[in-house]
Amino acid sequence: MPEGKPSQAAPLPGDFNRLYRFNGGLRLAEHRAVSLEHPIRFAGVPKQLVLPLQQHIGAPAECLVRTGDHVLAGDLLADPVGQVSAPVHAPASGTVVAIEARPVPHPSGLPATCIVVDTDGENATGPALAPVDYCNTDPVELCERIRQAGIVGLGGAGFPTRVKLNRRHDIELLVINGAECEPWISCDQSLMTERATDVIAGIRILQHILQPQQCVLAIEDNMPSAGQALRTALADAGDTGITLVEVPAVYPTGGERQLIRVLTGREVPSQGLPADIGIICQNVGTAAAVHHAVNAGRPLLSRIVTVTGDGIHSPGNFEVLIGTPISDVVAAAGGYTDNVERLLIGGPMMGYAVHSDAAPVIKTTNCILAVSAETMPSPPPAQPCIRCGKCTEACPADLLPQQLYWYARSGNYDAAQDFGLFDCIECGCCAYVCPSHIPLVQYYRHAKTAIWTQEKQKQAADIARGRHEARMERLERIKQERQARLAKRKRAVTGKGDGDDPRKAAIQAALERVRQKKAQAEYTPANIDNLTDEQRRKIEAVDRRRDAGNGRKAGED
Amino acid sequence: MLFNLLIAGVTAVVAEAIMLMLRKRAVTATLLDGSALLAGCLLALALPPLAPWWIPVIGSLFAIVIAKQLYGGLGYNPFNPAMAGYVVLLISFPLEMTLWPAAGNHPGLAATFTLVFSGSLPNGLPLDAVTMATPMDAVRMQLGLGELLTGLKEGPLFGLVGGAGWEWVNLWFLAGGLWMLKMRVIQWRIPVSMLAGLALVALVFHLYDPDTYASPLFHLFSGAAMLGAFFIATDPVSASTTPVGRLWYGFGIGVLTWVIRTWGGYPDGVAFAVLLMNLAAPTLDFYTRTRVFGQQDR
Repeated sequence: MPEGKPSQAAPLPGDFNRLYRFNGGLRLAEHRAVSLEHPIRFAGVPKQLVLPLQQHIGAPAECLVRTGDHVLAGDLLADPVGQVSAPVHAPASGTVVAIEARPVPHPSGLPATCIVVDTDGENATGPALAPVDYCNTDPVELCERIRQAGIVGLGGAGFPTRVKLNRRHDIELLVINGAECEPWISCDQSLMTERATDVIAGIRILQHILQPQQCVLAIEDNMPSAGQALRTALADAGDTGITLVEVPAVYPTGGERQLIRVLTGREVPSQGLPADIGIICQNVGTAAAVHHAVNAGRPLLSRIVTVTGDGIHSPGNFEVLIGTPISDVVAAAGGYTDNVERLLIGGPMMGYAVHSDAAPVIKTTNCILAVSAETMPSPPPAQPCIRCGKCTEACPADLLPQQLYWYARSGNYDAAQDFGLFDCIECGCCAYVCPSHIPLVQYYRHAKTAIWTQEKQKQAADIARGRHEARMERLERIKQERQARLAKRKRAVTGKGDGDDPRKAAIQAALERVRQKKAQAEYTPANIDNLTDEQRRKIEAVDRRRDAGNGRKAGED
Repeated sequence: MLFNLLIAGVTAVVAEAIMLMLRKRAVTATLLDGSALLAGCLLALALPPLAPWWIPVIGSLFAIVIAKQLYGGLGYNPFNPAMAGYVVLLISFPLEMTLWPAAGNHPGLAATFTLVFSGSLPNGLPLDAVTMATPMDAVRMQLGLGELLTGLKEGPLFGLVGGAGWEWVNLWFLAGGLWMLKMRVIQWRIPVSMLAGLALVALVFHLYDPDTYASPLFHLFSGAAMLGAFFIATDPVSASTTPVGRLWYGFGIGVLTWVIRTWGGYPDGVAFAVLLMNLAAPTLDFYTRTRVFGQQDR
């Protein structure tokens, strides 16, 4: 991507007065007021915490505790494995009662390994990490603290934050993403409204680590209370170098690539990262978590979750301990209403249905949405695609969704990739506008998974083929070496005249060894009793050849 | 016209239902999408009102059975079904396809009924008494006989800008098209580029030789220009799907329409132009793909 390099890109605007736009996108009904009526409430300590070893993108953490262990709040339960991974901590004190597969919030609906902790209600806290004065601390050390604290991107993807902060060179712009754009979800908005100082403090740490030339805090223009709180906090904080920008509330502005486009007019290269164009993007919740980890020494034990929908008695935003079962969180919000029909994790556009509310809240759970059939009726049966192109107009990634659909459906994955399948951010705009109600994103997800599987199989096949070829090569080499030695020996023999004796002796010795080996071996083949004469002759011939071979080898050695 | 609509619509729906049954698809749910009825109606609108009853029947049958269902039904047909049916009729039954009523001389509903179903007028009048060549046909014929357009314009064939009577039909189709645009039933690219293509090429040749080549306004308001631009070329299934591809698609229809009208052997070229551009749609789609977000220009 020669044009993607920061040096060749247009200069950053500085004051961000001029905003850009991306193609497509939708203006959706917000449905946020209902969850913003109450301030953030604490969901309480549940009887049991279920902590999946994988709550992030990357390798699952490695469990450090055993069943029966007593743990304190803040204790490390599982260690990260490799670079892209994150640890898991105990959010409350209690006893580890099981380490087993449990239902987890994941679109696949498959269970995954979890550490199950029965809480003891004492809420005893373990030895805390020491608070760090970030201004006088090396960024590397701060990164290590962020890793230790188990912080991952809280906007939804769950990418380990430390990994993102590693690329500290050439960062022009740090974008703090408060442009929460999906309907119903208001956890970031409530966080910014009620805990603006935490957010700002976290951003300052990130600024210290990354040393960006500029820093933008982006919120949507329909969050006046959050804007007010942040402005006040920024004014109190003095000269922070943070610019607060209100961007138009068009779904999916909160998508990293779309937000960067809106703020800077630059496009993150396809299959690339924002860092490729000198930009790092972090969620506001992540910033607050960084603040807690560094300034207070508190690992990521809880997060703010929007519990909302007309299937919930008392919707609102809740501070929820990681690992709290969804059923407990819903109970804290007054429980389900009678007409509740569907339970989703995430918003209506990108969220997915969960079939069991025993699944826990994990680090990436931003919203629990329970709705009635009236609010979100199940979609009517899909009709044929008439290529109307409404999806093309709505696509914020400038794809041709209907073409992708044809290719994904017909299993023509090469063409699908050629048409940018992996540039699809699965925002769901296309399926939302589709007059034929085709669940387009499901087709894309299926195609992506199929391609990943194919690639894995191909890799495995390549490895196997490589091994096979190496073996054939080795055998060929050995054969040639042997032939070379034989030829040499032959020359030596013909030169000497009578050279048979040492060879015969060697054969005898080898035969002797074989006999001994046979005597030692207690194993006799089970099927040698009813052999035909033909078979016996063959076996004997094979044995003779083998003995002769052994003898020759022994002679050479 | 009314009978055509009725006959073509009913035939289309019945044919679709039978085909769906044969193909073991959901009949009621699919019929409710209205696409069969629409194809029948569009075909009927393109047919001469005094054509015998079996014309819309055959046209609808071909449109639904062959052009649509045999290709897999809604969404899978490469050609516009209504236009495929129309072209088959035009090629197979050229005489019946010229039975347009003379301007200002409509035989009346009852007489039309008899004519459509029995083939003769009730009072023994010859067919020629109530039919006439369309203005575009007449213009082509007269030009072929060496007459000049300037002379023809003063004759009874011409209305204010287009063919007599036809300009009003076209104005109504234009109004309907604008309403559909406003209601976002259709998108602007195909109709605008088609009319622009038609007008542009007509303008160039009209400026070059006004005596031989009719004005852009004549072309825009005669024949099936407006019907084609707003109601026929906008069929998304058989059109190009990319934004830029749609511009080229419409433009191509406009230019081809003018070419066929001017130099071809048929009175109007919209149907042929649409089918020809249907053929080109997959290629247009391939070469006019959007630049994907974050990718370099292709």
